[in-house]
Amino acid sequence: MIVIEDLRKAYGRTQALDGVSLEVGAGELFAYLGPNGAGKSTTIRILTGLTRLSSGRAWLGGADISADPIAAKRQCGVVMQHINLDGDLSVAENMDIHGRLFGMSAADRAERTAQLLDYVELSDRAKSLVNTLSGGMKRRVMIARALMHRPRILFLDEPTVGLDAEIRRRIWGLIKQIQSEGTTVFLTTHYIEEAEFLADRVAFLDQGRIRALDTPRALIAQVGKWAFDRLGPGGMVTEYFADRDAAQAAIAAVEDALTLRRVNLEDAFLTLTGKAVRP
Amino acid sequence: MMQGVGAIYLREMRLSKRRFKRAMAGMAVAPILYMIAFGTAMGEGARFDGHTYLEFLLPGLIAMTTMTQAYGIAIEINIARFYFHIFEEFQSAPISGAAFALGEILSGITRALGGVVIILAIGWAFGVTIHTGPWFWLAVLLNAFVFASIAVALAMLISSHGDQSLVNAFVITPMAFLGGTFFPLDGLPQWAQVLLHGLPLTHAAQAIRADAFGQPPQWIHFAVLAGLGVVGFILALKSVDRARD
Repeated sequence: MIVIEDLRKAYGRTQALDGVSLEVGAGELFAYLGPNGAGKSTTIRILTGLTRLSSGRAWLGGADISADPIAAKRQCGVVMQHINLDGDLSVAENMDIHGRLFGMSAADRAERTAQLLDYVELSDRAKSLVNTLSGGMKRRVMIARALMHRPRILFLDEPTVGLDAEIRRRIWGLIKQIQSEGTTVFLTTHYIEEAEFLADRVAFLDQGRIRALDTPRALIAQVGKWAFDRLGPGGMVTEYFADRDAAQAAIAAVEDALTLRRVNLEDAFLTLTGKAVRP
Repeated sequence: MMQGVGAIYLREMRLSKRRFKRAMAGMAVAPILYMIAFGTAMGEGARFDGHTYLEFLLPGLIAMTTMTQAYGIAIEINIARFYFHIFEEFQSAPISGAAFALGEILSGITRALGGVVIILAIGWAFGVTIHTGPWFWLAVLLNAFVFASIAVALAMLISSHGDQSLVNAFVITPMAFLGGTFFPLDGLPQWAQVLLHGLPLTHAAQAIRADAFGQPPQWIHFAVLAGLGVVGFILALKSVDRARD
């Protein structure tokens, strides 16, 4: 559904994307994980027509984003990292303008608006001005708006950044539901647990390059199954083990009281890129 | 194409409707002050081509308001682009740059026509009525088209709201005062007249004033405005596409 070949983007001497290639299958939930400045948003901006690529090619649902950008844009909905709603218009008006931009009929716009606002549990706020909504509500309106024209691909750029834990989990549920209805989801995040919980496959992006790409389970397996953290002379040291017995034996040899834990995606990122995900 | 134009235009109109009272007050205050201040200062004695100063001033104010209202969309586009990031919604939609430009230009023209109606009403309140024939409205439309096109082009080319203020301070405001709005250009030195005839507002003010005074149209004004409109529109189209980073 999404094919990217050797995508590059330079801002002056800064190489924001340095030869990214990947494929995302239909109905897949793909996460792009990396620290701030890794090139996550640049990829989405290029794919959705907001930023010009320097070189490389990409296709959305078979449409070449450079040769046929209009056809490519018809395939996708996008939820940007920052709120980009018209604050002086109502929720329904924002949805209506989006539907018009995508050439939807009046009846379809009205029906779809009602359906999607129900879906994101904001039916009672249809006539409210966007400026009067909370951050979490605005985010849900953005997701509803992006789904308005029934896109085959949904791009979500850091969809839960700045939201509290409860709202974040609510949006995770929504994203899972969207995927279960057949939409391909391309998600960027720097929240490890978000990628681990949501994604079918994860790409680790660092300095504009993909350092690893696989299922969360396979990425974790490359590092080990069990780990414990201890304070070494140079700071925190994490030791990884393929089985529990070996890990427990290692802990027993250390005098400090340490807790054995399962290896997670953050360990995989740290080991495979040599960096922490969080800025 | 038309779905995009319609969506962009409708969005601007909905926003204008929501801000109608504020916008109307904004459109009316300056012209009322000009009418009071200049009308009182010049008195009934001053005559221009056989007309009172207020009769001379009103067409000039119409030209100026047409310019400021049409050009005013640049500020709206900038707010949408830099503060609310709405421009991204249009960039990621399956519409052409031409559809975006045309929708915004039409909204600028609509705002300008609204401004003209308000100025005519203010004139009527001051006891000043002028002739408003087809040539008057054609000049108004061309003037609005020129400045709305320039507004779209500049709004796309500048990189911050601060740059927008510079354009206003160094281009729009001087033009408002020097483009034949408040005084006839005949009394100026020849070089100044030549220079000021390079401004679109000068041609708009003279074309509007000629019809307001019941004089026959001078084709040169319409030709210059149409030519500048085409150039401005092409610039707007090119600049919308360049706005991608």
